[in-house]
Amino acid sequence: MSIHIDPLEKKWIIMSAVIILLSWLLILYYASVENIHPPSNVEVIDSARLHLPSGVGGGEFTEDKLGLRKEPDGTLVVTMVAARYGFYPQHIKVPINTPVKFRMASFDVLHGVLIPFSNMNTMIVPGYVSELTTRFTKLGDFPVICDEYCGLAHAYMYGMIKIVPKNEFKLTSEAH
Amino acid sequence: MATSSTGSSDIALSTETIKSTNKLAFWNFVVAFAAFALALPMGAYQVLERSGMFPALENAAVYYASTSTHGVLMAYVLSTFFIMGFGYHTAVHSLKQTLWSPRFAWIGFWISTIGVVLAALPLLTGHASILYTFYPPEIAHPAFYIGAAMLVIGSWFWCVIMVISTVQWKKANPNKPVPLIMYGTVLNALLWLWTSVGVAAEVVFQLIPMSLGWVDSLDPGLARVLFSETLHGIVYFWLFPAYLVMYTIMPKEAGGKLFSDEFARIAFLMLFIFSVPIGMHHLYMDPMIAAGWKLLHMFGTFMVAVPTLITGFSIIATMEIAGRLRGGKGLFGWIKTLDYTNPVVLASTLSLLMLTVGGWGGVINAAYSLDALIHNTQWIPGHFHLIYGGTTVIMYFAAAYWLWPKITGHQLFSNKLVLTQLWLWFIGMWITTMPWHYLGLVGQPRRVDTVQAYQQAEELVRSWDFSMLIMNFGALILLVSGLLFVYILFMTAREPAISKADREVSYAEAIHPPLHVPTLLNSLAFWNWAMLIYLIASYGYPILQFWFIGTPESPAWGI
Repeated sequence: MSIHIDPLEKKWIIMSAVIILLSWLLILYYASVENIHPPSNVEVIDSARLHLPSGVGGGEFTEDKLGLRKEPDGTLVVTMVAARYGFYPQHIKVPINTPVKFRMASFDVLHGVLIPFSNMNTMIVPGYVSELTTRFTKLGDFPVICDEYCGLAHAYMYGMIKIVPKNEFKLTSEAH
Repeated sequence: MATSSTGSSDIALSTETIKSTNKLAFWNFVVAFAAFALALPMGAYQVLERSGMFPALENAAVYYASTSTHGVLMAYVLSTFFIMGFGYHTAVHSLKQTLWSPRFAWIGFWISTIGVVLAALPLLTGHASILYTFYPPEIAHPAFYIGAAMLVIGSWFWCVIMVISTVQWKKANPNKPVPLIMYGTVLNALLWLWTSVGVAAEVVFQLIPMSLGWVDSLDPGLARVLFSETLHGIVYFWLFPAYLVMYTIMPKEAGGKLFSDEFARIAFLMLFIFSVPIGMHHLYMDPMIAAGWKLLHMFGTFMVAVPTLITGFSIIATMEIAGRLRGGKGLFGWIKTLDYTNPVVLASTLSLLMLTVGGWGGVINAAYSLDALIHNTQWIPGHFHLIYGGTTVIMYFAAAYWLWPKITGHQLFSNKLVLTQLWLWFIGMWITTMPWHYLGLVGQPRRVDTVQAYQQAEELVRSWDFSMLIMNFGALILLVSGLLFVYILFMTAREPAISKADREVSYAEAIHPPLHVPTLLNSLAFWNWAMLIYLIASYGYPILQFWFIGTPESPAWGI
């Protein structure tokens, strides 16, 4: 049994298909060629024991390990804890146009992290490590904003990041 | 009406059936619009509070209680009760048969209503300020979760009645196409059954036990994945009746016919099958789902744009038919001749305009690589207020204006005021949501009661000022328009009675009403199997993984 499809409808279906196909291809291009993926590392951690060296994923987020460090291969890594109502460390300084890897974990409830004018944006879910690598392209001071409701003082939860020219950047603390 | 696509238009419904259906529809609408009337001033308050221009209003505890209540009432109560009332009316009048067990419908109504009251108590007293997405491990008062579960369970009664009514009709009318509006309604009932499974599982297995202290830990990652299974389908559950009004009521009100019946059925089926197994685009920024699954859901998310593109085409083509019948000439002349004094025609037009822009915003959200720009920024409330509050709710208004005289028997109070109300809603929605879209792009987070706290980033906060000023006007216009809507319904009760002929319910026909449609465009069973397989493929592993990745669970946290 056939159905009645108007010629105009046929044209519209083709147009719709082309629009969808182009969107898919564009996204696939950026994912495969430019390697743009959302943060998705699926890595578990015991959020209630972040401060202890033992336990699932333990040791990485103890107080003395927080902040910016350089890995042996030269990668800059920021280790950061999100907890009501702040990000620790509260102040970060990184060079412009340089890949920076963020490793983040929540100490309590759901949090998010958003840095305006960058693609630094991810959820921080208790029980999981959030990891993403980004490059900052604008100089200046920007807030590191918690962008998921985490309690009544949620709007007060933020830190600061300073993006400086490469020649002004000096790592003050060495890798642990 | 010489011929009918259903072939059953000559069957008259008994007065008894019509009366009992009207009562059922009426009380469902009363709960829906009461929730709307209560939630509306809260929305306006939140905008004014957040703007920071009225220091006397500022109070974080009140703000988050208000936001949580506004979200629950608008997104869950207004939508669900409106859809139930509209669905009961549709089932009886389109199928021309008595409703299967009105008693069962009333039981569902009371379960949902008691659930709403139960949830409202902790919401209004600040014991459930966890927002309408209730993301654990923050845990609210148990009454909130139990009430929410009852609302959903009550709505399943409605789903069962829609399915049984349709199956009964199909048995009595073999090989005939189910009337278009009913086919959409029953698909929406099935869509809701499938998509509400996720949130039901989260509430029953995780949140209620946790809030009652039966368990002392849960996995927030699993909770988020379960909720995401509901989170996108639910949006189409809300939108579906808006589309149905455009497809099956608007053409006749505009003085024309529907462009195509079969094309509409294809769109409905695509809405059904593609809107549920794609919820993980809400989790693009979540760490506990691997990128491949997110990419998979991206493909499906773009597919759900197809039925909306089809709807845009069919509805505009339908309007063109009506405009030309009314003497419109030339390429665009028909736009001018459409009858914009008809509430359904006006609302459909305004709704489509909001859908065009809102849908475009949705494509940005769906884009795997662009989402980081706007995730959890003020762009998101901008987007869903335009699509739900704008596109969808304006069609709920239109449906109410169309139905109210038919179910109450009174002439609609002041058509002029009705048109003013619709225009104000449209204008208010733009003035509110455009600044929000912009604020999101320039880095303002959503879900904050104040932006004055980011003191060290003073320059950034100052750059938000202008948009934060404008949104106040939008919110006040929406408040006036929404109150006007409730006022019009109230005043209609005092208007003179209308004739029996004016209370007749009939739906628009297509230019070529199909006498038969292919089995696939008329069946339910096949599409349910397809949904099951698609859901297992898209959600099976991402849910199962939580049983072997060994997440250390979280304890409960207060607000």
